[in-house]
Amino acid sequence: MIQEQFSNPRSLFLRGMRDGVPIGLGYLSVSFAFGITAVSRGVPAWIALLISMTNVTSAGQLAGLDLMVIGCTMGEMILTQCVINMRYALMSVSLSQKFDKSVRLCDRFLIAFCNTDEVFAVASGQPGLVGRWYLFGLIIPPYVGWSAGTLIGSVASGILPESVMAALGIAIYGMFVAIVIPPAKTSRAVALVLGGAVLMSCAFRYLPVLNTVSSGFVIIICAIVAAALGAVFAPVQEEETTENPAEISQEAPVSGETGEVSK
Amino acid sequence: MTQSIPMLILYTLVMAGVTYLIRMVPLVLIRHPIKSRFIKSFLYYVPYAVLGAMTFPAILYSTSHIASAAAGLLVSVVLAFFGRGLLTVAVSACVTVYVAEWILLLL
Repeated sequence: MIQEQFSNPRSLFLRGMRDGVPIGLGYLSVSFAFGITAVSRGVPAWIALLISMTNVTSAGQLAGLDLMVIGCTMGEMILTQCVINMRYALMSVSLSQKFDKSVRLCDRFLIAFCNTDEVFAVASGQPGLVGRWYLFGLIIPPYVGWSAGTLIGSVASGILPESVMAALGIAIYGMFVAIVIPPAKTSRAVALVLGGAVLMSCAFRYLPVLNTVSSGFVIIICAIVAAALGAVFAPVQEEETTENPAEISQEAPVSGETGEVSK
Repeated sequence: MTQSIPMLILYTLVMAGVTYLIRMVPLVLIRHPIKSRFIKSFLYYVPYAVLGAMTFPAILYSTSHIASAAAGLLVSVVLAFFGRGLLTVAVSACVTVYVAEWILLLL
């Protein structure tokens, strides 16, 4: 356990940066795909960059993008963002147990801004408590990678030929597939929740009446129903949840990529 | 795309505000772990459900042809099943779509 009083801020900050660089590199490709998707939906490159620099979340940004281009109501936007980003509430609760005394109240406001799945996973995986300088170092490379990737992706989409752009349109979904399949392979409950959500999503797409529901609400409904069914029929074991924050990071689907980039 | 720039900015700020509040409020206020097993389980499953609903069937309409998208989906599922990384899966899906669309043009 490295405690704040035994190390100077500089070395703690650098140690955080070192742990954050693999996350930032991993984000480059995901945000590149987001930038391309945003421009393909008719959103200017600088708006795409603004979205990434103010939101710093993959699934929430893509869902928000879909909603803003069709001109949803603000209520729909707020509800969708709440449901999709709800997991961050759990991560923030868990992360707050991990801070040492050096983390002041104002630091929490800053760290919360960049509390992504991967930042959470790496911070939770640290032995003992973590301090403010380590956390500051940890959040910088992911933020830079996320913003830079979006900028590069949205600018590149104006340069690349149409055939390449069509092929890149699938990139962000390919990443989502890579995130959900491995945990679904090892956990039957996760596979059923995933399958249930996919089935419902198809029903809302193809069945009459249901296909008139707007896409924002479809995600909310599918997510709440599938996750609630999972929670009722396959409640997560105690040791898998907040008892040990590091455990969540390995179990959580979106953190799956951290295992690869941060090791 | 019919949205005006001020509307896009407004949407962006609403998204950012909601996302930030969700992350910030628990981090600043809550200092004790959630007790309810149902809520913990529910929150645990939410990301899978969200990504599942967002990916399918939307992935089928993410390219020029549904056939090329289906090929890309198949390749990404197989590679993900065998534990390939995010980047590998995504790039392979893109390459598959690119090749499949050329083949469709030749048919």
